[in-house]
Amino acid sequence: MNKVLFSAVSKKFVMALAGLFLLLFLPVHLGINLMLLKSDPEPFNNAAHFMATFPLVKVVEVLLFLTIVIHISYGIILQVRNWLARPVRYAVRNKADTTAFSKFMIWTGGSVLIFLVIHFFNFYFIKLGIVEGDPEDFYSVAYQLFSIPGYVILYWVCFLLLGLHLYHALQSAFQTLGWVNEFWTPVIKAVSLIYSIVLPLGFAAIPLIIWLFK
Amino acid sequence: MITLNAKIPDGPLEDKWTRYKSGSKLVNPANKKKLDIIVIGTGLSGAGAASSLGELGYNVKVFCYQDSPRRAHSVAAQGGINAAKNYKNDGDNIFRLFYDMIKGGDFRAREANVYRIAEVSNQVIDHYTAIGVPFAREYGGTLDTRSFGGVQVSRTFYAKGQTGQQCLLGAYSSLNRQIKAGTVTMFPRRDMLDLVVIDGKARGIITRNLITGEIERHSAHAVVLATGGYGTVYYLSTLAVNSNASAAWKAYKKGAAFANPSFVQIHPTSIPQLNEFQSKLTLMSESLRNDGRIWVPKNKGDNRPANDIPEEERDYYLERRYPAFGNLVPRDVASRAAKERCDAGYGVGKTGLAVNLDFRDAIKKQGKKAIENKYGNLFEMYSAITGMNPYEVPMQIYPAGHYTMGGLWVDYELMTTIPGLFAIGEANFSDHGANRLGASSLMQAAGDGYFILPVTISSYLSGEIRTPRIPTTGAEFDETEKTARERIDKLLSIKGKETASSFHKRLGKIMWDYCGMTRNEEGLMKAKELVTELKKEFWSNLLVTGEGEDLNQQLEKAGRVADFLELAGLMITDALNRKESCGAHFREESQTPDGEAKRIDSEYSYVAAWEYNGDNEPILNKEPLKFEFVELKERSYK
Amino acid sequence: MKLKLKIWRQKNAKSKGAFVSYDLDGVSPDMSFLEMLDLLNSRLIDDGKEPVAFDHDCREGICGSCGMYINGYPHGPVPGLTTCHLSMRYFKEGETIVIEPWRARPFPVIKDLIVDRSALDRIQVAGGFISVTAGAASEANSILVTKKNSDEAFDSAICIGCGACVAACKNASPMLFVSAKISQYALLPQGKPEAKERVRAMIAEMDRNGFGNCSNTGACEAQCPKQIKLLNIARLNREYFKAF
Repeated sequence: MNKVLFSAVSKKFVMALAGLFLLLFLPVHLGINLMLLKSDPEPFNNAAHFMATFPLVKVVEVLLFLTIVIHISYGIILQVRNWLARPVRYAVRNKADTTAFSKFMIWTGGSVLIFLVIHFFNFYFIKLGIVEGDPEDFYSVAYQLFSIPGYVILYWVCFLLLGLHLYHALQSAFQTLGWVNEFWTPVIKAVSLIYSIVLPLGFAAIPLIIWLFK
Repeated sequence: MITLNAKIPDGPLEDKWTRYKSGSKLVNPANKKKLDIIVIGTGLSGAGAASSLGELGYNVKVFCYQDSPRRAHSVAAQGGINAAKNYKNDGDNIFRLFYDMIKGGDFRAREANVYRIAEVSNQVIDHYTAIGVPFAREYGGTLDTRSFGGVQVSRTFYAKGQTGQQCLLGAYSSLNRQIKAGTVTMFPRRDMLDLVVIDGKARGIITRNLITGEIERHSAHAVVLATGGYGTVYYLSTLAVNSNASAAWKAYKKGAAFANPSFVQIHPTSIPQLNEFQSKLTLMSESLRNDGRIWVPKNKGDNRPANDIPEEERDYYLERRYPAFGNLVPRDVASRAAKERCDAGYGVGKTGLAVNLDFRDAIKKQGKKAIENKYGNLFEMYSAITGMNPYEVPMQIYPAGHYTMGGLWVDYELMTTIPGLFAIGEANFSDHGANRLGASSLMQAAGDGYFILPVTISSYLSGEIRTPRIPTTGAEFDETEKTARERIDKLLSIKGKETASSFHKRLGKIMWDYCGMTRNEEGLMKAKELVTELKKEFWSNLLVTGEGEDLNQQLEKAGRVADFLELAGLMITDALNRKESCGAHFREESQTPDGEAKRIDSEYSYVAAWEYNGDNEPILNKEPLKFEFVELKERSYK
Repeated sequence: MKLKLKIWRQKNAKSKGAFVSYDLDGVSPDMSFLEMLDLLNSRLIDDGKEPVAFDHDCREGICGSCGMYINGYPHGPVPGLTTCHLSMRYFKEGETIVIEPWRARPFPVIKDLIVDRSALDRIQVAGGFISVTAGAASEANSILVTKKNSDEAFDSAICIGCGACVAACKNASPMLFVSAKISQYALLPQGKPEAKERVRAMIAEMDRNGFGNCSNTGACEAQCPKQIKLLNIARLNREYFKAF
């Protein structure tokens, strides 16, 4: 049984499930972030407060962190295994035709991880009291960060990379879970494309709108 | 002089096999474990035999020269596999399949063996289906069949154009199951260098590990050769380029009689030679002749592009000569007719050694789509190799060496004249007479391996249960290994100027010209001289680079060519001896006034089983062919 | 035609290999890639040098013996062809062609362009079969299979085991190879009774041999000379989860 649980295919399966779970979380996060566009800080802060205190959300939060840890650690384990599988590289770069961005998942994923760390310093660790700041007013924290041009550029780059990650991720997850057929696969691919454009664009638009209109 | 005892059971034809099985001696399961069997070759017959013997509980060791047993050349068979299932309700039965084979082989095969293979053909289909071979199916879910090879019933089971591959992978899968079970041990990348005979019985083999060059000894209570045919004697053939006759040849030199070595099938539809470096002739399935029309220009040396030659200047020579069968005449007839036209100067293509196979009319009549559905894969393969588009211009085809009906002489039990040495599949001579019909090679190889040998071998092994495991330290092993080593050293030490490949090419040309599709006394005598000279030259001017203790493809090749040079001599001797035309063996001296093959039953109704006689001429042993159940008839396709 | 060849030469598994350059003229566009190498070898032998070792056998695209990594493509740049079927017509006059062996940890180089692919056999030995003993089969037509399933099983079963999928994959994963076999049996009723044991055993053996794992890039499908579909890998995954 252990062999089955920890086989490469099972690890991929867990990766895919974790990834899909994270994909569900992103729209929720985006929904809350969009409240930043209101001039009134209350709704955003209330939502943030609700997310921080509501017991059920707490449970989900633990699950979410667990998922992130699993997704990342399995991603790294699998990647190391993959690198080890070809100790001698080819002299000529592989030109085989592949799905766009599929070859760079570890890099796009890694960049997102770096952003996540910064993000945690700015918000989550404040909430936990590890980093100083007012956990009741993330609205102001956000506005303050968006006023730093360097931060916004980093923010945009990371969402661009996240988009690339997501584009392969969604369809790949379905492939890994075995949910592929002639009718649904093109639909999933289309959804992947839309999702990977709309979601990052939604996040990236917020600082732009704030800059332009506030 | 050896005695040929075919050991054919008594009784009516249809009862012989059943009677044999009822009366044969068995080996009890506890004893099977103590008996070792060596199988050489992992094609349809070898893999089938090895897995079946493993299933029975014997201790089996299997050898092949490829890196994996899945690559044996059975993999390349295209058309299909015959069985007398009568699924099409067209009146087929075991007797009809038997009769078609006997007649197709031009009455030069043994009745009892042929009937038996027809009998087990149905079991073969059942077995392959059960182990997951994806044969083509009808919409109702049952198996589909097609008609093939000029017979009047639809009895050929197929998996698109890859029937051989699918059957072989099926056999490979059962072999794998036994490897996992531990009854079979697999030794890939091994060449069999010689057979070890102890007290007159086959007791083991000497092999060379092709990676390390190590010479190894393996012993067993019985040795099974499933090493295929020797069509690569022609250098260019439809066989795998490494296919070779060495194992069978070594067995011959150790006392196994070689039967009808000159019976070689030349397949009519292969892609012609394109350049002098060509290493291989790719087969285009026989099925193409169902819709393609074969023609050459009516005028000698007409080198206009095919499509510019008007209808009235085309000679559809098969339709002209054989109005009843037209383009669907059997392989030997179609091949000879193509050669006749090309030799007369009407050939097409760069070399003049090709004829047109034209789909223009079929496309006109049935539409491009229909032709694409039937032959799409083949057309793609053709255009990938030649760069020509067969939808627009006729294919060019030419005959190529394909299948060898001749092989080691075996009795009804598939045992050679060396006790304990068996030969199955294409390696033996038994079932196809002088010409093989389409889709019967897979049937025979599988039948031999799965259902015949496992039964007959127990008759022999039942007498071996008291023989303990055979040590590999005996004097015979020492001696045989020493001879094998000396030969390798010899090949390496000549250090001449010409490669084995080059000698092989020259040998191939001699054999193709004088001992190919048509033969005559004068040509054969000349070939005999040429081959003898070439052999001398080979042993004085051969160049093999590298060393013996290493992966050395030159050395492998040299050993195989050395054996081909000797085998070629025997083929010529056999062709000289048989002064009649029968099946694929066409002696120009023996033809009807209109140029068809003329059999001489009164003199040549026998199997020519040749016995090795050192440096002297081989000894001819005759096994008379008695036809008790069929009447000898002239084959006519007019 | 005149060509510049850069070929990986390695004496044996233990020695260190390197690229060696050769100029080759007199190449005819009619030749297959392997015949071009035959020509090179005959020239090398004439010059008293060791010829290049490479695996090959049927030379008609079905045995799966041949395979080399040509200018960044397993089996060369033309889709749907094995190396033996790759015609020199697809190369340009004066072109430089870099030829490497398949690279993967489970495929150690034996000599020059020959690698040891026995890991693929071991995966098949682990479970690539249906356990029916010769003689035990029922009448063939007692098993009905829909034409669709039968055709699809065939499309998966045509894998030639050449290892191009492993060579093409950035992770050196044989999932296309494994999935082709799993799919063939998954689509047929004959394969059902031992479906669970089969897929578990084959995946376990795949991992044991040190292959990488699939990350759905699709390189295998693009380079498979028999154009086996990525869909098979999804089916393999499905079969695997069903086996829990």
